[in-house]
Amino acid sequence: MQENDTAIPTVDVGALQGSVAATRSLEDEEVAIRVKDLDFYYGETKALKGIDMVIPEKRVTAFIGPSGCGKSTLLRCFNRMNDLIDDIRIDGEILLHGQDIYHKSVNVADLRRRVGMVFQKPNPFPKSIFENVAYGLRIQGMNDRRRLAEVVEKSLKGAALWDEVKDRLDDNALGLSGGQQQRLVIARAIAIEPEVLLLDEPASALDPISTLKLEELIYELKSRYTIIIVTHNMQQAARVSDYCAFLLMGELIEMANTNTLFTNPQKKETEDYITGRYG
Amino acid sequence: MMVKWFKSGSPWVWLSAAAVSVCILMVAALLGLIAARGLVYFWPKDVLQATYHDPRGESYRLIGEIQDTEEVPVGRLRENGIEPPGDESVYIRYLVKTGNRDALGMDFRLVLPVFLSDVEYPRELMVVERREWGNLYGYLREVKENGRVVAKGAAAAEALRVRLKRTLELFEKIRHIEKDRIGAINYQLERLRLQERRLDLDNDHDPAKRAAIAMQREALQEEYETLQKQRNELFPLLNRDSFSAEIMDGRTVEVPLAKVVRFYFPNAMGPVDKVGHYFAKLWEFVSEEPREANTEGGIFPAIFGTVMMVLLMSVLVTPAGVVAAIYLREYARQGFVTRLIRIAVNNLAGVPSIVYGVFGLGFFVYFLGGNIDALFFPEAQPTPTFGTPGILWSALTLALLTLPVVIVATEEGLSRVPRSVREGSLALGATKAETLWRTVLPMASPAMMTGLILAVARAAGEVAPLMLVGVVKLAPSLPVDGNPPFLHLDRKFMHLGFHIYDVGFQSPNVEAARPLVYATALLLVLVIVVLNLTAIRIRNHLREKYRSLES
Repeated sequence: MQENDTAIPTVDVGALQGSVAATRSLEDEEVAIRVKDLDFYYGETKALKGIDMVIPEKRVTAFIGPSGCGKSTLLRCFNRMNDLIDDIRIDGEILLHGQDIYHKSVNVADLRRRVGMVFQKPNPFPKSIFENVAYGLRIQGMNDRRRLAEVVEKSLKGAALWDEVKDRLDDNALGLSGGQQQRLVIARAIAIEPEVLLLDEPASALDPISTLKLEELIYELKSRYTIIIVTHNMQQAARVSDYCAFLLMGELIEMANTNTLFTNPQKKETEDYITGRYG
Repeated sequence: MMVKWFKSGSPWVWLSAAAVSVCILMVAALLGLIAARGLVYFWPKDVLQATYHDPRGESYRLIGEIQDTEEVPVGRLRENGIEPPGDESVYIRYLVKTGNRDALGMDFRLVLPVFLSDVEYPRELMVVERREWGNLYGYLREVKENGRVVAKGAAAAEALRVRLKRTLELFEKIRHIEKDRIGAINYQLERLRLQERRLDLDNDHDPAKRAAIAMQREALQEEYETLQKQRNELFPLLNRDSFSAEIMDGRTVEVPLAKVVRFYFPNAMGPVDKVGHYFAKLWEFVSEEPREANTEGGIFPAIFGTVMMVLLMSVLVTPAGVVAAIYLREYARQGFVTRLIRIAVNNLAGVPSIVYGVFGLGFFVYFLGGNIDALFFPEAQPTPTFGTPGILWSALTLALLTLPVVIVATEEGLSRVPRSVREGSLALGATKAETLWRTVLPMASPAMMTGLILAVARAAGEVAPLMLVGVVKLAPSLPVDGNPPFLHLDRKFMHLGFHIYDVGFQSPNVEAARPLVYATALLLVLVIVVLNLTAIRIRNHLREKYRSLES
């Protein structure tokens, strides 16, 4: 498990944009995940075609593209969530810090501990707020109430939810608002200190204020986790991400520094999409 | 106009409302009938005395309580050789309980009120509930001690009250000695005998072991003799008192107090006394053991047996059903075979229950029980221990019967746990089993409870299979008592449903027992309602706790 700085970074909303210099390119970054010639089939349908990409360490990478382009499928390959679906097939390699995650020797549960995930709709367990955050730790066999309490507090602070729920940790998590639930789910994910955090359209079910809070949170978390976010909202991608990948019909069209991609796309499809002429 | 009304959908609303009302009315009517017939039984009825001019014989004095009233067409009376005085087409006929079966030979008489004269309700008329021969109706004459008159006339009632109290205490003491203490000794002696037999079978001739058994037996024998002596000393005291009463044909009968349960003067009772008497009788009904071939006394063993059997069945059926449902829904590959299994499970629910009884008798009792006996209880042979109908086999048979319900309900609950919650758990590094155990099963627990509620409702009312695998009309002891191992799963038991059948149709005195049938039926319904309400409360609690996400 990776060493993380436990201090909570102060947020500067004004600095959200342009966090990575526009000129900086993927080649300068450390590699967290490398995808090599990935094909993905649902039955006979080929959903991903020959994807080659690198995900930079401790940066926010956004996947954009029209509906059905395969960005969620690609995201779900990174923690092998697709394994739950019958009748799928994967060719190619995904290397997480150099290790092939589809290798026979990989324990899927261990992999998912290292690659956390937050889903489109908030999905807290019907348990108390405390137990939700402690869930992953309890799975790992930690039952010491004091240590659990420490981690829960740290995680909730990390997810910017602590001040709102600190007096009602034993209340049912389903009583929280949608935005709070989504941040709770993030707290739950970071409680087990993953290396990578996958966010699958995390703001799609949230109101604008909650979305803003969530984006601030993503910005804060960046210093400690490699974050991959799937989003429909191009403004959001522009605001939160350092790098951006555009997918279309199961193919990776273009991936680059976010500023570069939005201001100077190399491919015509990318330009059409971000200028609104497509999808 | 009409077309418009049809299109508005109102007719369907009315139709459904009507259907619901019919259902509610039927349930209310059913419960009302059972409650009215059953609960009235405990109310002390006035006892009438009259002269009956029997159209087929002489006139005589009639003493008794009116049990039932019916209308008889005149033709039927004529067929019986009775010529009624008037010219109505239908006559009222009373069913009068005259009691005194020992003296009169029958408990009931059919009486036409048109032949009655001098009807009165004398305050001195006494009703005596006895341990045998049913009720006695008559006038109290004398109270005797060892055959010597100690009170007569007006003072007799008070003397009887005092002496009856003493006799009842003695009776209770003797019963305690006989049933609890001597019963326990007999139980232990039997176990010693089995131990010794076991040593014989094992060819174990260790004199130390045998000496230990002999010593224990001697101690028990000694204890037994002391108890028996105590009991024998009590007997003359118990049989000391008696009373005499004049019954309806003018004879005087003498009854020892040891045979009396209670006596009362119904015509002299005020409303408060009657209410007191009513609740005393009601309490006796639910807390005492039956007397006189189940037609008198209480039905406590049947209540206990029913509840015990249902609980045992719940303990057996829930894990089995839940595990089966988890496998079918979560692990088994969905395909032709699972479909086949599901169809089979659903069809199991439609198999007539008596078939389960036959299966239980053949497989559980004879095969499983017989083999258990051969393996673990060879010393008791040829007397079967588990190779005979008993409460364990009954619970198992009913568990089999209700298994489909639990499986179907649990599967339903599992399928309703949102996918997103499972994924959330898996994404945190939980394995499938951990996800099931920590998240899915708790969320599906209300559905499991629903399955259990349906299972309990079905099992508690089931009688037919039980008749083959463990129910008896009179069980000498409860399946739970003070003798180790305390829970005796091999014992036969009594059941409310079977009790209804037995009392209603197999009893030597059907007329006397009919109100008891209603009262028992009401109690059976109550027991099921209580069991269900408990389960529903637990389910609602769980539902509140594991509200699913869609809410």
